[in-house]
Amino acid sequence: MRDVAIIGIGDTKFGELWDLSFREIGIQAGLTAVGDANLSGDEIDALYVGNMSGGRFIEQEHIGAVIADYSGMARDHIPATRVEAAGASGGLAIRQGYMAVASGLHDIVVVGGAEKMTDVPDVMSVAIQASAEDQQWEAIFGATFASLHAMIARRHMHEYGTTREQIAQVAVKNHKHGALNPKAQFQREVSLDTVLRSPPVAEPLGVFDCAPNSDGAAAVVLCAMEKAKKYTDTVIKIAASAQASDTLALHHRTDICTFDATRVATARAFKQAKIMPNDVDVAEINDNFTISEILAIEDLGFFKKGEGGKATEEGQTTFGGKVVVNSSGGLKARGDPIGATGVAQIVEIVTQLRGEAGKRQVKGAEIGLAHNVGGAGGTVVVHILEVV
Amino acid sequence: MDGEMISRSLLIFSKSVPSPDEDTITISVEAARDMMKRVSINPCDIGAIYVGSESHPYAVKPTGTIVAEAIEASPNLTVADFEFACKAGTAAIQACMGLVGSGMIKYGVAIGADTSQGAPGDPLEYAASAGGAAFLIGRKKMIARINQTFSYTTDTPDFWRREGQPYPSHGGRFTGEPAYFKHVIGCGKGLMQIVKTKPEDYDYAVFHQPNGKFPVRVAKQLGFTEDQIETGLLTPFIGNTYSGSVPLGLAAILDVAKPGERIFAVAYGSGAGSDGFDITVRPEMQQYRRDAAPSVRQFVENKKFIDYATYAKFKGMIKLAEVVS
Amino acid sequence: MPTARFWRENPSRYNLKACRCGVCGKVIFPPRSICPICHRKSMGKMEEIKLRGEGEVYSFSIVHDAPSQFEMLKPYVVAIIKMGEGVMLTSQVIDCDPAEVKIGMKVRSTMRKLGEDGAAGVIYYGYKFVPIE
Repeated sequence: MRDVAIIGIGDTKFGELWDLSFREIGIQAGLTAVGDANLSGDEIDALYVGNMSGGRFIEQEHIGAVIADYSGMARDHIPATRVEAAGASGGLAIRQGYMAVASGLHDIVVVGGAEKMTDVPDVMSVAIQASAEDQQWEAIFGATFASLHAMIARRHMHEYGTTREQIAQVAVKNHKHGALNPKAQFQREVSLDTVLRSPPVAEPLGVFDCAPNSDGAAAVVLCAMEKAKKYTDTVIKIAASAQASDTLALHHRTDICTFDATRVATARAFKQAKIMPNDVDVAEINDNFTISEILAIEDLGFFKKGEGGKATEEGQTTFGGKVVVNSSGGLKARGDPIGATGVAQIVEIVTQLRGEAGKRQVKGAEIGLAHNVGGAGGTVVVHILEVV
Repeated sequence: MDGEMISRSLLIFSKSVPSPDEDTITISVEAARDMMKRVSINPCDIGAIYVGSESHPYAVKPTGTIVAEAIEASPNLTVADFEFACKAGTAAIQACMGLVGSGMIKYGVAIGADTSQGAPGDPLEYAASAGGAAFLIGRKKMIARINQTFSYTTDTPDFWRREGQPYPSHGGRFTGEPAYFKHVIGCGKGLMQIVKTKPEDYDYAVFHQPNGKFPVRVAKQLGFTEDQIETGLLTPFIGNTYSGSVPLGLAAILDVAKPGERIFAVAYGSGAGSDGFDITVRPEMQQYRRDAAPSVRQFVENKKFIDYATYAKFKGMIKLAEVVS
Repeated sequence: MPTARFWRENPSRYNLKACRCGVCGKVIFPPRSICPICHRKSMGKMEEIKLRGEGEVYSFSIVHDAPSQFEMLKPYVVAIIKMGEGVMLTSQVIDCDPAEVKIGMKVRSTMRKLGEDGAAGVIYYGYKFVPIE
């Protein structure tokens, strides 16, 4: 397996993009990435697109063909593949692209992620997101996606003494980061009080504990390392790509306060990259709910199990702390167009490793990690990136 | 409309309200399952299940089939749903008596249950409530013997509901003398004539109870005392459970009755008809596992009150937008 | 109209039909044809059993924001229940004030309406849990 590099990145602003269609946001991100990689377009061997539910959000399946066509590559007849793993669709698309290049099958691959969530009413969006759960044994009984995470939060509080304030602090921190990101959906700080007093969604989680509905797209260009320098000076290496699965339903896990898929994928990734958790400078973590970030920083090995809340409260996951988590603002403040998120995480890490993150730059960042989750932990994809 | 005044005129102080996730099917299942907890039979020996109600959730697809699956009596049995206003449950008892008595089946289950409707503002709304009871009819290990049943039926349009209409209509005061009283008395007198009994021969009596006043009046007219009807008189506390009315009253009596005691029960269904039963409690009642499930009294006492807004929401009177997905 | 997809699960939704692995004894709900621990060794060896219906609340949440078919019940309590047999499932805890629900609370199953396919569609029934006094 040969080394794979990222030679170009692009993304749209995330938010309620009323004037832009799914196709338009996908193309925008893709063209930016291709331009950033100094490609003309003819060099592209294949296309991978992460998208959770085009079929239900915009009644459009066959997303691979849609993106290949509207990005102008239909005439080149390149292979185009849509990848789906609920919230991990983007991260998994990156992994599929990585495998295609690492194996030697392709030299240059564009990986994008896109989701258009605001063309349906909110109530419908909740129902569509519930399709990441166990439809037969969770959703039909009234368990919403937020309520599954709320149950994780309540159990974490029960077992480890994590407080409501510590959980809420994740949102406060990520909004602080988002305020430094011109592409973020929310660019305003929020106080702890605002988070604690927000309308309940599924207790103990409120509106401010949950990532928003967003439209958006992101894209990266992957290239075989041996050819990367031809296109760009700022080459970033994919040092590790790992993936793990777990039971679909939360109630079938051995311990609902641990995402074993995160632990296992992380172990595989650290082994491949030959690094330890302490070596990671900056991480983009799947905070679709505040509690998800607390679980993740424990399961990724940054902090001991049960201490994620305390670490967040102490500022260990923001600038000046042990590892800067979600410098982009995370899913919470940056936005969460489901299929795009995993790719946007990679875009942020590359931006940080290139030193181009402006006001939210993590000084001296050399190793970054992206952690993308599908469902309530049924799929986890972890990537580790390094400066070359 | 003065709530206090209506309460006094109907002698109803509270009524049961079904939760939005309850209906006649869930109530029938709960009653049937509680019944099964108290007996030791193989559900496969149940040959018939009949559910009587005015509020079957489906106009076509019987409540009884779901009850059959829920108590694991499926598939070797017959099922049908009954309708005869408030006496659909007792008609089901009679049908089971026939099948069991003729030897065609070993056990039959008869259920009377309802989540009653009443148009907002109509006096009926004040009383209409929800509830049900289930009876296992058989020839072995009887806790009580139905000595005789007798019915009195005519075409009398006192209360009805047309297909597709959400709420029933009624003839006002016409529902009294020419309807309820004529049939309950006709049936009661007829029954006592056949079995050659007098009111004094009975320890308990229960009559259809659309409100707290009618059963008291008809008991007096037939010669029964307030003491005799007290145990089975539930409407003042739980409202009018329609097809559950006499079944629940009878269940409340069977919860406490002792071997040798005799029970007189007359149900009434608008349209109109009455089913009467002369019942004697048997020695087997001593071994009956009454405590295996809550008694009617326990259900009545275990209550939480809700306000009208919640009640209206539960009854679907406030229409919420339906999202097409 | 997904009637068959729902009807198929009635034995488990009405009567808590589960199975036990004939090799390791693990109780599995809903029933599966293969044990997640014994894999191929368990094929053909899964015994059909019924859960007793009693359990305790392992975690819960009061849901305020719900899809349209649950509008009438809001706010309602969703819970992961640990059954006496060790297996866990997700359901609602009903017939009590949501504020009274606690981790460890003892509950038992009952049958309620889960939803319907619109006003003209099939009604779905299944388990919900009530507190054991």
